[in-house]
Amino acid sequence: MEVKNANLTKNSKLRGFFSQIPLLAWIIGGLIAVWLEHLAGDRLTDILMLPKIPVLFGFVTMLKKPLLIPSSVIYVLLIYLLPVFIFARLTRSPLNKLAAALFKVPWLSAVIHIVLFYAILHIWADISAYRVLTLRLTLVAVILTLSLNLINGYMGEFSCSHPGFMALGAYMASVLSLVLFVSDRHFGEAVLPAISGPFLFHLVLIGGGIAAALGALVIAVPSFRTRGDYLAIISLAFMFIVKSMIENMEFLRGPRGLSGQPDYATLPVVFTWTVLCVWTINNFVRSTLGKALNAVRDDEMAADAMTVNTRQTKMVAFMFGAFWAGVAGGLFAHVLRYVNPGTFSIQKLAEVLAMVYFGGLNSVYGSIVGAVSLSLLGEALRPLEIFKWIIIPLLLILVMIYRPTGLIAFKEFNVRNLIRPKQEPE
Amino acid sequence: MTYFFQNLVNALQWGSFYALIALGYSMVYSILMLFNFAHGDIFMVGAYIGFGVATGLVALTSYGAIVLPGWMILVLTIMISMFLTSLVGVIVERVGYRPLRDAPRASAAITGLMIGIILETGNLAIMGATRVSFPPLIQSVTYDIGGVFVTNKKIMIVVVSLLFMFALHLFVQRSRWGMAMRAMAFDYVVVPLMGVPINTIAAMTFAIGSGLAAVAGILFGVAYPVLDPYMGIVFGWKAFVAAILGGRGSIMGATLAGFLLGFIEIFVAMAFPSTLRDLIAYSIILLILAFRPHGFFGEAYSARLRL
Repeated sequence: MEVKNANLTKNSKLRGFFSQIPLLAWIIGGLIAVWLEHLAGDRLTDILMLPKIPVLFGFVTMLKKPLLIPSSVIYVLLIYLLPVFIFARLTRSPLNKLAAALFKVPWLSAVIHIVLFYAILHIWADISAYRVLTLRLTLVAVILTLSLNLINGYMGEFSCSHPGFMALGAYMASVLSLVLFVSDRHFGEAVLPAISGPFLFHLVLIGGGIAAALGALVIAVPSFRTRGDYLAIISLAFMFIVKSMIENMEFLRGPRGLSGQPDYATLPVVFTWTVLCVWTINNFVRSTLGKALNAVRDDEMAADAMTVNTRQTKMVAFMFGAFWAGVAGGLFAHVLRYVNPGTFSIQKLAEVLAMVYFGGLNSVYGSIVGAVSLSLLGEALRPLEIFKWIIIPLLLILVMIYRPTGLIAFKEFNVRNLIRPKQEPE
Repeated sequence: MTYFFQNLVNALQWGSFYALIALGYSMVYSILMLFNFAHGDIFMVGAYIGFGVATGLVALTSYGAIVLPGWMILVLTIMISMFLTSLVGVIVERVGYRPLRDAPRASAAITGLMIGIILETGNLAIMGATRVSFPPLIQSVTYDIGGVFVTNKKIMIVVVSLLFMFALHLFVQRSRWGMAMRAMAFDYVVVPLMGVPINTIAAMTFAIGSGLAAVAGILFGVAYPVLDPYMGIVFGWKAFVAAILGGRGSIMGATLAGFLLGFIEIFVAMAFPSTLRDLIAYSIILLILAFRPHGFFGEAYSARLRL
């Protein structure tokens, strides 16, 4: 008992020491940390006798060569943890004032936070191509998870069709960009000059999203009549049908897949779309329509009696979720620059469902956490080879047993609260 | 016409695998109102256990430790593997489903999926990535019945699966345990209050379902003697679709829908290029569900019931 109490006070002391720090301070601290890595990372790795800069916070190095654990820990401590914490603590009061000044114009403050955050990611990823790829795939996973959470978490339907939507988006976007911007044997000469590509690429992605949204109609219409397991089956069948259809279309090169997509899905593009997705989905679920979604989930009949238009609600949610899944598919195809129908199968479904349920249902926050943590975990545990696929499922089972709705379920993602100054000016 | 009958025989064989696996899904559903998504992989585990047992018995015979004819080895293999796979099923229930009995059903679906991945990966880790081949236990004999070629294996597979389905039917309809299971399926809340042990019944359901999956696995190994760790995915999901198509929780429905799915797949492959098989099969299923949204024998239910 004594020990526990002592621990508690110690813990809260530590927490008090680092409390009241605005997000701005953490972000600028992070910026300093990645900048430090950029400047001194190589020299520090030489001193610590690491082979190269640890790409994912030293996890991979630690698992591969246990002897290097101490130096990896020291590296992470010196480069990331110490600078961030020291900076955040030291600049607490000036940055609180700055945050308060910025908060007078909330949207400007939000934009500044996002730009600074992007700068962190950019400098961090600049170290190696592997980091860039991991980061882009993680961001795509965030979009995908959010869009599935909209249907499975907020609306409470167990939809299995997400890989199908993603496939529609990926193929639509790939075909559009291959036809428009690339001269190859299969699709002929480029229609538009390549220079317009990076700008029109956004339209291509929207095209992919719209294709997926139209596909969602196939699921949304039966969902008026039936719910639960039968909808799960219908959506599952939809997924298999889409995969099988693409495999049988010769002009999409069938099971061999499409390759040679232009490299337009760079880090800033993927990041922009992720921010857009978080923004729109977060606003959507906080709107009247979003509340209607929750009402439909909790009790469809009562919602109907309370003048919620359940059909419209379901339709909009399915199409909106599918739109973002399609955009994620388009980005995915352009990040890997190769896409084949085998990708969009049960494994993909299990992956996305795992991210949604790990992070937490009915929560934008949870989806971001789930997607990022499972993607990074998947990369970090790579040295374990196939045992990775025992550890990650075990982790998920434990999460499901102890927190059946996920880690951060039913939590509102309030940007204003995030960027608010954490200390009242005296 | 002979071509048609030839395919009919194939469809019967193909359908009996689906039906045996779909029964496992359906039984678990009727008791616990959730789908055991690891069931496809339990089928795979059953096939591998059957492979291990059969190989062991064949080795013992060849060393002369025991003297058994091939069919006897097959019977022993089925019995031993059914028992071992049932144990796997009970463990899956204990680890993945019992702690989640009061959780939202979707969470249990996730644990099921994850247990499936663990079983696949565990198998991959133990057996390696190479495919193994099932030892030939019975000599293949082909009979020519009016131009239709039927092997003794096909007859054996269909007869054995029908036997097991009939045994299951008798068990569920005639025995005391079967009565307890039917009561539990009827009302999940009140019946346990009447003294029916829910945990025992749930474990038993998983054991029976897994045992049937093991039978399907061994029969599959006899018919197509190449096993790989991911065979459960394809079969499992299709059998799951069959279980739904039959009507949730309906044993009769699962059997019929399993055979129906086999027929659809074989005859689609007969009439169209085989790459279109999944496309057309699933489209037909969607059509059926559009007209009978609760499957063949399922009852319309209120969504409030257990969600």
